[in-house]
Amino acid sequence: MKAWKFEELHETPSQTGGPYVHIGLLPNQAGIDVFENNFNNDLLKNNPQGQRIRLEGQVFDGIGVPLRDVLVEIWQADANGVYPSQADFQDKPVDEKFHGWGRAGADFKTGVWYFDTIKPGAVPGRKASIQAPHINLIIFARGINTGLNTRVYFEDEMDANAKDPVLNSIEWEPRRQTLIAKREERDGQVVYRFDIYVQGEKETVFLDI
Amino acid sequence: MSQIIWGAYAQRNSDDHPPAYTPGYKTSVLRSPKNALIAIGETISEVTAPHFSADQFGPKDNDLILNCAKAGLPVGERVIVHGYVRDQFGRPVKNALLEVWQANASGRYRHPNDQFIGSLDPNFGGCGRMMTDENGFYIFRTIKPGPYPWRNRINEWRPAHIHFSLIADGWAQRLISQFYFEGDTLIDSCPILKTIPSDEQRRALIALEDKSNFIEADSRCYRFDITLRGRRATYFENELH
Repeated sequence: MKAWKFEELHETPSQTGGPYVHIGLLPNQAGIDVFENNFNNDLLKNNPQGQRIRLEGQVFDGIGVPLRDVLVEIWQADANGVYPSQADFQDKPVDEKFHGWGRAGADFKTGVWYFDTIKPGAVPGRKASIQAPHINLIIFARGINTGLNTRVYFEDEMDANAKDPVLNSIEWEPRRQTLIAKREERDGQVVYRFDIYVQGEKETVFLDI
Repeated sequence: MSQIIWGAYAQRNSDDHPPAYTPGYKTSVLRSPKNALIAIGETISEVTAPHFSADQFGPKDNDLILNCAKAGLPVGERVIVHGYVRDQFGRPVKNALLEVWQANASGRYRHPNDQFIGSLDPNFGGCGRMMTDENGFYIFRTIKPGPYPWRNRINEWRPAHIHFSLIADGWAQRLISQFYFEGDTLIDSCPILKTIPSDEQRRALIALEDKSNFIEADSRCYRFDITLRGRRATYFENELH
C-alpha cells in the first residue's frame, strides 16, 4: 500500500537557452524584425532621475574565452532605492520614468555586453538592515542549464559594501571581490566594468536566490 | 483574514532541475561553475520584478503563423499551444511575460549562426510573446518546429521543441526552459533533456495533444502548463522587512 504523501506542484525544470536565444529574446540581434516595441539594454530611455552610468563586461568560460552567445539581464531599484514593482513593500514613491529592467546580448564578435542605466540607491535588507547599492544580474546561454544569478556592487561604495548583509554572508572573503564592479571614466562617462568568470580561478560568486 | 503579508519564495528544489555540470551535454563542461551556488535569504531585490503591460505588444505578437508572413503563409503544421501558468501552491500567475522562440518546419532557425541545410521559410520568423491573463492562461499559434541536428556527438538530433522564457512577479521566479511534443521518439535520446534528473520532471516538459481543442479544417492543439516558484504567506515575524 502506498503511504499518504503531501503533494505540491513542482517548479517546471529549467533547460538551457541554447545558442539561438536571441531569436526570441532579442530578435533584432538575430536580424528578425517582428515586434514594434523591442526590449533592449537602454534603461535611460524615459529620462529617469539619478546618476547615469554604463555597466559593461564580458562573460568568460573555464579556459578564459569570452561567451559570444550569452544573454544578460539586469533588475535594479531606482535612484532612491525603490523597485518599480508591485511587490516593493516600502512606503516610498517610485520614479515613474524608470522601468528597472533591461536585456543585452553579448557582441557576436567580441563578447562585450553593456547597459546604459542609473546607479541604484540603497535598498532595505532583511530584519531592518540596509543593503549596499547593487544590480541583480542573470546570465543565460548555450551550455548553461539554469540561468546563473549574481549581483553587481560598486567599488566606490566601500563603506556600504563593508556592511552589506549579502556580501558578508559569503564566508570566503576573497570571493566577495568578484561581485565588485570597477569604476572608470571614459570621455566624461562613468563606466563600471563587471567581468564574469563562469568557472575557474577567478570564478564569480553565483547565488541561489 | 484581512490582508495577506507575503514572505519569501519557497526555496528552489535543485533536485527538480538539471545540475550545472552535465558532461553528456558537452558545452556545459566549460560553462558550469566549479563552486557551489551560495544560497541567500531573499530580500526585496529577489521578490520584486519588472512589470509589462499588454499595450506594449502588437496584435500578432502571439501569432507566429502571421507575424512574419510576407508573400504568403509559412509552410508546416498549423498548431495552437495553450495552457496555464501557476505557482507551486496552485495560484494563477497573472500578467506574466511569456516569450517563445523556435525553428521552422525544416528544423532551421532564422539566426546568423545556423547553417543547417534545412531550408529557411521566407514567411516564418520564429518568435512570439504574450502576457498571461487573470487566470494565468496563455495562448499562441505557430508552425510545429522540425527536429534538427547539432554537434554534440556528431549525429545528435534535438526533438521538436519550443523555447520559452517567463518574467513574472518575483525575480526569483525567472525561468527559461523548452517544451517538447507528445510522442516524439527523439525525446528519449536527447542529452539536453537527460540533464534533468527525474523522469517526472522530464515529463513536465512534454506538451500533450489536446484533441477536443483541435479546430476543424484549420489547426491542431497542444496543452502545456507551467509551474513557477511560489511565495509563502507570513503570519508571525516578517524578516523581509
